[in-house]
Amino acid sequence: MSATTAALRPRLVKRLLPSRATRLAVRIGAVAAAFVAAALFLLLAGNPIGPVFSALWSGSFGSAYGQAQTILAAIPLVFTSLAVAIAFRMLLWNIGAEGQFYFGAFGAAAVAYAWPEWPGPLLLTAMVLGGMLGGALWALVPGALRAYLGVNEIVPTLLLNYVAILWVDYLVNTAWRDPESLGFPLGVPFSAQATLPQLGDTAVHAGAIIAVIAALVIAVILRKTIWGYKIKVIGENRRAARYAGFSITRNIVGVMLLSGALAGVGGMVEVSGTVHRIQADISPGFGYTGIIVATLARFSPLLILPVALLFGALITGGVELQTIGLPSDIVLMLQGTILFFALAGELLVHYRIEWRRQAQTGSEGEPGAAGRAHPGAMPSGT
Amino acid sequence: MSADLFLTVFVAGVAAGTVFLFAAVGEIITERAGVLNLGLEGMMLVGAVTGFLVNHQFRQLWLGVLAAVVAGGALGLLHALLVVSFRTNQVVTGLTLVIFAGGLSGYAGESVVGVAPPATFEPVAIPLLSAIPVLGRVFFRQNPLVYLSYGLVVATWFWLFKTRPGLNLRSVGESPETADAVGISVTRTRYAAVVAGGGFAGLAGAYLSLAQSPSWVPNMTAGRGWIAIALVIFATWSPVRAVFGAYVFGCVEALGFRLQAVGVDIPSFFVSMLPYLFTIVVLVVISRDTARRRLAAPASLGNAYVREER
Repeated sequence: MSATTAALRPRLVKRLLPSRATRLAVRIGAVAAAFVAAALFLLLAGNPIGPVFSALWSGSFGSAYGQAQTILAAIPLVFTSLAVAIAFRMLLWNIGAEGQFYFGAFGAAAVAYAWPEWPGPLLLTAMVLGGMLGGALWALVPGALRAYLGVNEIVPTLLLNYVAILWVDYLVNTAWRDPESLGFPLGVPFSAQATLPQLGDTAVHAGAIIAVIAALVIAVILRKTIWGYKIKVIGENRRAARYAGFSITRNIVGVMLLSGALAGVGGMVEVSGTVHRIQADISPGFGYTGIIVATLARFSPLLILPVALLFGALITGGVELQTIGLPSDIVLMLQGTILFFALAGELLVHYRIEWRRQAQTGSEGEPGAAGRAHPGAMPSGT
Repeated sequence: MSADLFLTVFVAGVAAGTVFLFAAVGEIITERAGVLNLGLEGMMLVGAVTGFLVNHQFRQLWLGVLAAVVAGGALGLLHALLVVSFRTNQVVTGLTLVIFAGGLSGYAGESVVGVAPPATFEPVAIPLLSAIPVLGRVFFRQNPLVYLSYGLVVATWFWLFKTRPGLNLRSVGESPETADAVGISVTRTRYAAVVAGGGFAGLAGAYLSLAQSPSWVPNMTAGRGWIAIALVIFATWSPVRAVFGAYVFGCVEALGFRLQAVGVDIPSFFVSMLPYLFTIVVLVVISRDTARRRLAAPASLGNAYVREER
């Protein structure tokens, strides 16, 4: 217990007002750190890192083809990310955007196959509605269970993903199977009217516009409408919301319906704009990547747009990796690593690290641990 | 349905339920210390691929199991580092772990997809016990890892409820402030619990890829980690009740395939949906008993412990 054992030790000191600049710096730093970590990992695993990163670059932003593919991958991501974000605004975890995406694709395809000869604008509108309905129905199940029976939504939303994928798998192997698919689980190709038009002479389809509109609409709902205000209050303080007379059950159901509908439009846009039919593997995990995108964008609808573009680039870059003989799984690891760093970096947003030389006094287990509690400190966790 | 069909379903149900049992017992240890680990699915995948690769390389089944436990524990360490030391949100961290580990397992196992393993765990009849009518066939003609699971359940129960370290761990999950005040290190206990839970998840993965369906296929866990998380709630955080639950879930998985095998005409897609739908139904049924479940759940589950802010 001698006072001379003075070691330089880190201490976390709470920042009362986290600055916007730190926040942005931490996020950009997280992406950079993740790339460095990925490079180290690839080196250790004996892969050449130069070709990996040049493939990622040329497959995404580095070529005209790559740029179009990046936008095409970002479009469904915007919808699934919005779905996760709007639910999270009410502290609901919708891990089921993947399944709602599939059910939206199912709803849209059902319309496309039922009335293939309808004029384009009418048919496409009906398909969007079909997609919204499919996704919303799929989210209604866990939403109602949460609202009326108090069943936590995390596990049900997740498990329903598997069910939705199996359902689409069943259809494209039976009723909707393309006779010319040579045994592959592919649905019959859509009619020309059921395909979203291209934008000019690019490979990008009109879904890009729908995605931007959707983000704007959600931003307006959250910021300018009474419903958005209710969502905010319920998310931040459930007790206050109850005193204010907001129906929590009805709003949970409403938000989950909207969330599912958004993911469902994502599914519609993907099958109508990119795939041009329904098939078994229409999503490389858009619903799961949407969780990462939404979290990095701090659940802000407008920030989702640029973040989705970055992750769209990662997905298409991953496809390019396969051409140099590497699995696209590397990209999933990269996605996870980015969020790990961003989450860990959050600590730097909320706390300042102070290095102090402090003598061991022996009265406390750790130096200064009980010394400076902030009475008005916010509860931890976002 | 004949009695024999029931018996084969039970035999297959115990075999299929063991993967849930390993994962759920590990999650119970983790959650009892107050940490939610939603990364179970990913840890199981990494365990499955690690076990398979090591067995493939060295033709050593038990070395594969050990490596899987270590790999799962390593991911547990990563989870603990983030949620305990960096105080990150436990839900997002767990989900991210699933995505990360899914990629990692796919990357690591790329060369062995569809390769036949050099050795697998085969059923071994235990002398005397396997001669017991019905029970003998269901419980004592299984593979060695199933027997290991019996031992681990008893050991975990004993450790959690009858020993001082077990009591300490539960007190950290119930009230970290109190535990801290009496000199238990919350940080150390939580790290240990998350790493142990990860090790169990790795073991569950190895069971899948070395015993239950000996092979490596990307995403072969197919949601079993999530079902195990539901099972923990069903078992009200008790390893002994988890045994019952695990076998019920195992039997549901086994039932569909047995029905198909005896010629009942259900498309395999619907048979595969059964475990997921059944899990949701179970969650609904147990939700009617909210009060008891809320009492059983570790009180500090999901919350970071920040000494300065207690």
